[in-house]
Amino acid sequence: MTKEQLKGVYKTYQDLPLTPITSVNSAANQTGFWKTFKPVLDSAKCIKCGICWKFCPDVAVLMEEDQLPTFDLKHCKGCGICANECPKQAITMVMEGDSE
Amino acid sequence: MKMVMTGNYASAYGAKVCRAEVISAYPITPQTSIVEKIATLVSSGEMKAQFVKVESEHSAMAALISASMAGARTYTATSSHGLLLMHELLIWSAGARTPIVMSNVCRANGPPWSVWVDHHDSIAQRDTGWMQVFCEGNQEVLDSIIMGYKLSEREDIRLPTMINEDAFILSHTVEPVDVPDMELVDSFLPPYNPRFRLDVDEPYGFGSLVMPDMYMEFRYKLNEAMEAARQGWRDVEKDFEKHFGRNHGGLVEFYQCEGADAVLIMAGSIASTAKDVVDKLRSQGKKVGLARIRVFRPFPVEEIRKLAGMTNILAMCDHSYTFGHWGPMAQEVRGALYGTKDMPMLKNYIVGLGGKDMTPEVIEKLFLKTLELKSGLDSEIEWIGVKGHGEW
Repeated sequence: MTKEQLKGVYKTYQDLPLTPITSVNSAANQTGFWKTFKPVLDSAKCIKCGICWKFCPDVAVLMEEDQLPTFDLKHCKGCGICANECPKQAITMVMEGDSE
Repeated sequence: MKMVMTGNYASAYGAKVCRAEVISAYPITPQTSIVEKIATLVSSGEMKAQFVKVESEHSAMAALISASMAGARTYTATSSHGLLLMHELLIWSAGARTPIVMSNVCRANGPPWSVWVDHHDSIAQRDTGWMQVFCEGNQEVLDSIIMGYKLSEREDIRLPTMINEDAFILSHTVEPVDVPDMELVDSFLPPYNPRFRLDVDEPYGFGSLVMPDMYMEFRYKLNEAMEAARQGWRDVEKDFEKHFGRNHGGLVEFYQCEGADAVLIMAGSIASTAKDVVDKLRSQGKKVGLARIRVFRPFPVEEIRKLAGMTNILAMCDHSYTFGHWGPMAQEVRGALYGTKDMPMLKNYIVGLGGKDMTPEVIEKLFLKTLELKSGLDSEIEWIGVKGHGEW
């Protein structure tokens, strides 16, 4: 098996290496599909305090200084810690597939 | 060169002639003299290897997994509770497809505390994905290490191998052992050279997360390798014989089995004593035979089925017990035989736990008792020599 094949898409077990091998870090594992609820921000209530950013256990709250937070839904697992910790109740957990 | 040595020294010399590059081990009775000998060989410069001292067997196996992933040939040795402590990493090393070779000195698990021979330690690792060999003598201990690397490192196999030698009966008893020249071993066993390895210049992550759509595929690959290893052992032993002029009987060694009235099945050093008993009984006209399970993982299904065609009465002598029902090897033999035409009768003796002495007299009694089963199976499972239980 070559390094190029490692980058390929595996269709059958025969295409796989002997053990999982990766040339990228675990950010490549898009674990966001595990979630049932997703966080939705009410930007009118948000005071940009950054508490949600600090508490997120999966580094899935993205925030630049003085900007509103955004959520990396490809890695967010929907735990709701951000919504629980928000001092202004600006984050609501919404069932995946429901309208915001 | 022929030398007189213990099974433990045969293990140490096995690692040496195979040019094992990384050794990591923690001492435990009765394994200690293996790693002591290797440490001496490394410190004197006779063996060019890195000896990694660790605080536990768990760490020893973890160190070897990393070293093996970096492309080194690796070796360790342990016994009993040390092997049990390794359990998690044994499963990891098989899944990571690291061709580690390890000697296990088969010793009873406590309590009751015991340092004597028993197969419960290695049997408890049956489902880890390791190949397992049970040795009858010290030459076989050394030779199986060479064969172990040869098969483990094959790209379609890449599974670790455990070489089992019985506590004290082999580990601390001297026998003549031919230690082959390293050049001869080199001609049989080329250096280990995996395509993907831990390398700072070409970094990869190994053993990473896979989603449920791919996990079973990796396990199926491991299964395929273990299935292929059955023929692999036969081929490696043939190749070994060409190079070294000896073999140890294949996956199951048949001794006077053809046309026997009764055959005992055994694994490990007890088989050596039993061969003498077979000779004695044969000279008296009693048609008995012995089948020795040498390779336990992968399980030699074809050989056991072949054995079924040689006799009508089989008795598996298990050196351990799977609390629940049956000795573990009897379960496997029974599983292999189930549904075959003219399935022989199968009796299961539980023998020699914690070093209870299996003398020629005891084994002779077992043979005679098994011959009597012609009139019918008295009981499926029988513990032999338990004080207050049965006639022994």
